[in-house]
Amino acid sequence: MVTRGFGGRRPSADVSGRLPPGQFLTEDFPVLSAGPTPRVDTAGWKFTLKVRAKPVAEWSWAEFNALPQSKMTRDIHCVTAWSKFETAWEGVLVDDILAAAGIEAPTGFTLAHSYDGYTTNVPTADLTGGKAMVALKYEGKPIPADHGGPARLLVPHLYFWKSAKWINGLQFTDTDTLGFWELRGYHAYGDPWREQRYTDD
Amino acid sequence: MTDISTPEPAYGRPARWQPATITGITRLTPRVMSFRFLPSQPFAYRAGQHVDVRLTAPDGYTAQRSYSIASAPEAGEEIELTIEKLENGEVSPFFHDVAAIGDEIEIKGPLGGHFVWSVDQSGPLVLIGGGSGVVPLMSMVRHRHASGSQVRLALLYSSREWNEVIFREELLALDDLRDGFDLILTLTREAPKRRKDFGRRIDPAMIERTLSTLPRRPALAYVCGANAFVSAASDALIAAGVAAERIRTERYGV
Repeated sequence: MVTRGFGGRRPSADVSGRLPPGQFLTEDFPVLSAGPTPRVDTAGWKFTLKVRAKPVAEWSWAEFNALPQSKMTRDIHCVTAWSKFETAWEGVLVDDILAAAGIEAPTGFTLAHSYDGYTTNVPTADLTGGKAMVALKYEGKPIPADHGGPARLLVPHLYFWKSAKWINGLQFTDTDTLGFWELRGYHAYGDPWREQRYTDD
Repeated sequence: MTDISTPEPAYGRPARWQPATITGITRLTPRVMSFRFLPSQPFAYRAGQHVDVRLTAPDGYTAQRSYSIASAPEAGEEIELTIEKLENGEVSPFFHDVAAIGDEIEIKGPLGGHFVWSVDQSGPLVLIGGGSGVVPLMSMVRHRHASGSQVRLALLYSSREWNEVIFREELLALDDLRDGFDLILTLTREAPKRRKDFGRRIDPAMIERTLSTLPRRPALAYVCGANAFVSAASDALIAAGVAAERIRTERYGV
């Protein structure tokens, strides 16, 4: 449906080819979260890997930082329609977390947990194979608290609400268990290229 | 942020793109205008929810943004979207400079299941808004009034200047009712006009003063505005003894 009088401001061809449908490019890094920013102290920080209800591995901040560190530079896409190109992250690949725990991915579904009680569900296959990490640095520095520091999940090929801020654990589940926003009208999977913003998209 | 309530199930039909006709346009401040839309398929919504708006150019290029609903769920089939004109914006200048009554615009909604409030939730309630962050809060204030609720509600609203206070006359009139709704304004670039208002940026003392108008600590707090504003307000709420899980925030992206 053409909107009378709307011309629009098109990005250049190289930008538009990298933008999923309905997205626009921003140079800022907007902050969006459902509640206050929690102040998470790395002195007491823990990251727990669970299979169903059972914890199978746990790392302190120092232990987690001693795991193999990888870099990922990716375009990210927020469901509120901004995209940001070439964001540079460093952290521990989910593959390396599993290897350090000495397990293979045990189930097809994963729920990420955060310090503020936030949860988000991601199919395990979208976390492994080098697709996702628990990021500890952004642009070479500790991640600011507003952006999810000290550690956040990074699943850059899905809408960015899946990249849980203030992460403190991954839990493998037998069934797809909806997380915080997924229970509140947002899509269970969230592929920006298929524009899966809301539940029925 | 763990929700103290379980999310309410979605109700009504799923949100789909649909044309809506602009039925009214009102300038509220130098930078803010309200647009009334009549959806081709009207929908029920909750105070605090938003809709997505999509504009399409003749060649198929589209731009979409989310806008909070300012009207109360009781207001009927029309919804009011209150839009601030952003310099260098793409969608908001279209609304301010081009859109006219009778135009059809694609919308999708209602959306959002967290930053919502209804009078059957417990009170008291504190709402803190900065600039156009007052828009979803206005839906809550209007919802309380339209439903005849006695829930105690305090609104702390920060604006740059008196003539930029969105919904000013309506808010002042509601404040004058003294029916359990309290409005506290703070102006960041002007002296306050009323005795109970402030003339500075939001700070913990101001939040404490706002909370003191309520009979007890709020059951829920809603904070909306730019990120720095929301951070300052929610940190001050926590310092004043409001548990983090009772504070819901909505921060402006870009």
